[in-house]
Amino acid sequence: MDTKEIPGDSPKPSGLWRFFASVKLTVTLLMTLAATSIIGTLIPQNESPENYRRAFGEFYYRLFEILDIFDMYHSWWFQLLLVLLTVNIIVCSLNRLSAALKIVFAKHPQFNLARYRGDKHKISRKDPRAAQELSPVIEGFLTKKFTYHRSDTTADGFVFFAEKWRWTRLGVYIVHASVVILLIGGLLGSLFGFEGFVNIAEGEMTHTVLLRNSGKPIQLGFDIRCEDFDVSFYPSGMPKEYRSRLSIIENGQTVLQKDILVNHPLRYKGINFFQSSYGELPPERSITAVPEEIDLSFTSKETGMVYNKKVRIGEKITIPEDLGEFEIKEFKDSYDFRGKELGPAIIGTLAQKNGVAVEVVLPLKFPGFDRMGPMINPQRNDAVLISIDDMGSLPGQQTKRFYTGLQVTRDPGVWVVYTGFVLMIIGCIITFFMSHQRLCIEVVRSGRQSLVTVSGNANKNKLGMRRKVETIVDELIETGDGPEDSPVTTDQNTTKDDQ
Amino acid sequence: MNSSLTLSITTFVYGFSAFLYLVGFVFRRQTPGVLGTWVALLGLIGNTAGIVMRWVESYRMGIGHAPLSNLYESLVFFALTITLLYLFIERRYGNRVIGAFTMPLAFMAMAYASLSPNISDRIQPLLPALKSNWLIAHVITCFIGYAAFAVAFGLSIMYLIRQREPDQKGSLLDRFPKPKVIDDLTHQMIMFGFLFLSVGIISGAVWANSAWGRYWGWDPKETWSLITWFIYATLLHAKLMRGWHGRRIAYLSVIGFAAVLFTYFGVNLLPGLHSYGAMGQ
Ligand code: HEM
Repeated sequence: MDTKEIPGDSPKPSGLWRFFASVKLTVTLLMTLAATSIIGTLIPQNESPENYRRAFGEFYYRLFEILDIFDMYHSWWFQLLLVLLTVNIIVCSLNRLSAALKIVFAKHPQFNLARYRGDKHKISRKDPRAAQELSPVIEGFLTKKFTYHRSDTTADGFVFFAEKWRWTRLGVYIVHASVVILLIGGLLGSLFGFEGFVNIAEGEMTHTVLLRNSGKPIQLGFDIRCEDFDVSFYPSGMPKEYRSRLSIIENGQTVLQKDILVNHPLRYKGINFFQSSYGELPPERSITAVPEEIDLSFTSKETGMVYNKKVRIGEKITIPEDLGEFEIKEFKDSYDFRGKELGPAIIGTLAQKNGVAVEVVLPLKFPGFDRMGPMINPQRNDAVLISIDDMGSLPGQQTKRFYTGLQVTRDPGVWVVYTGFVLMIIGCIITFFMSHQRLCIEVVRSGRQSLVTVSGNANKNKLGMRRKVETIVDELIETGDGPEDSPVTTDQNTTKDDQ
Repeated sequence: MNSSLTLSITTFVYGFSAFLYLVGFVFRRQTPGVLGTWVALLGLIGNTAGIVMRWVESYRMGIGHAPLSNLYESLVFFALTITLLYLFIERRYGNRVIGAFTMPLAFMAMAYASLSPNISDRIQPLLPALKSNWLIAHVITCFIGYAAFAVAFGLSIMYLIRQREPDQKGSLLDRFPKPKVIDDLTHQMIMFGFLFLSVGIISGAVWANSAWGRYWGWDPKETWSLITWFIYATLLHAKLMRGWHGRRIAYLSVIGFAAVLFTYFGVNLLPGLHSYGAMGQ
């Protein structure tokens, strides 16, 4: 590989080391990554096997399956390419770093006068001022524009060397380190993070979410409740805003409440909640007042008969077929069933034929809830099942009820990735737009005047450096009597080049 | 006078400028080229005015947002950036032949935006997912990067044409900059573009993370921007290898720009995709 100005390190013997240090490998890997990445954009990823079978037929389905084409960005071979690239970057950087550090941290920068004298782009001009008059002018200029300078005397005059931005030689290492940091951050995320989702109806809460890929439940370690969900629309019918009011509940206490919008997630204990979808639940009646009378229906298991009765709170009624007696004890705004919020419910007692009295819960939202009764309560027999009849007779109003769909993620690698992002940007700016610039100004006595020669070099953007030398010449040298006394050397070529 | 009309006129102004540069180049005359510069400058003013007017109009409609939210608006911004970059180069290098290869790109971007039946120039309110400052940063940086790659593409075409014929007095090509200069300029444009593409991908990732909780999802649009990034990274490193100068680099730059175009337009043709900025996955 072309090491440009950095002298090669002492040769590393291993062939493997040289293989991984080569830019040829980099170019090959980057092209391979570019080419293979296309596949996953042509074949939709992570669809169901049936879809693929239908689209490709059995043979290609099997083949693609073996090659992990259906989840190719996580396949072993794609990951292998990334690992190879990482090794390539690390080995290559280590290979060159010591040489670069030697240059960057050298106590006394090296300047090779012969090299500047031989520079074919140097510019020489006559200046009417005497050499000793020029010296402080040049020195002042260099102090202002360069970070380091020193002077030496020559046979018939003196020479100034100056330089700046030596450290920018490290920029490219920042870029390469940032790529490695990004990949490490991504790895951390895929090892220790998760991506899940959960739908929560307004007013309800949960502490588990389901993983996106496997559907496996994950415990959050706290509860999250959706207090409210709103969607608003533009006049055209386009959605304008989705808003969920969420509360985090820990040990029975609300520790955080926040409205989340798309682009404005809620973050708590490393877990992030994103507004991602919503839906409408079947309309329900919200109870505005405790009803005086409720229509209930009693279904006899034996005969299949259904008896409708109006029941008042506190009034005991007898169920036909000698199925027992029922009484409504109270009406609850919200009923908690094993940690799950069921909303408003009627609580009653049923004195069964066998003499055992059991509690019966009739949540308004779940008219058929009592059908589970015998399963939940072993003392309850299923001779008669009770349900709320004709919800319309209840006082109250119809309301729309929404559930909010949340994307729930944890990614401990995100800050590593963001660090990589910042480093990559900084590194690119340094590498692309800054260079280690060196300048040599030689002054030769020529009678009472002086002949000034300026030349410079940079490790990058050499054309830019040449232009800079030209402006320095224009700024520093007074040409006195016009162009005829400027014994210009090869710089005419330079200017032509630039046009 | 509204923004749509202003931008339509700008399209023709850019077209005229491109035409003048071409005439100046083909007939080897100074004047048309100089005129081309002034006309391009006029187009630049119209382009800028159009964008500002559109911004103001969106506020008047009560749905105010920066005019960078859909394909039409991004194309208009793309044309603006190409013209700006080109005029900068022209000023710095004093060569108007480059204009004959880059101004047509600005014109085509505007013409496609204004004339294609698939692209609506209506000012629309923002979907919830698009309400993000990261998105604005994303669109601006991506399109600055794309514009730099477009100019690099124009230069690479020049390079390839120039390379084929040896130096020859009196041929059309002797007004071209020297191959070395074209090559160097291309490299500068690509470095500039690479930086902005990187920032564009990064701001897009940050936006995705704030909207959907993941910074990278291998969605085809994301993947194609990464493919483009890989190609230009390849180019930057290929330059370090022996034997990879000039032509091959120019070909890579052409391939890179093809990837840019595909990222921009082609992705919507791929199977099973969501339109630009649809909500969620
Ligand atoms: C995705 C991965 C990579 C990215 C984004 C990247 C980025 C860059 C950039 C932006 C430059 C500066 C180019 C210029 O100045 O024109 C550069 C230079 C360089 N890269 Fe990489 N690079 C990557 C991988 C690698 C790998 C794997 C190697 C291993 C051989 C490598 C070796 C080099 C070398 C030797 C230079 C020149 C350094 C110099 O001028 O002193 N790069 N890289």
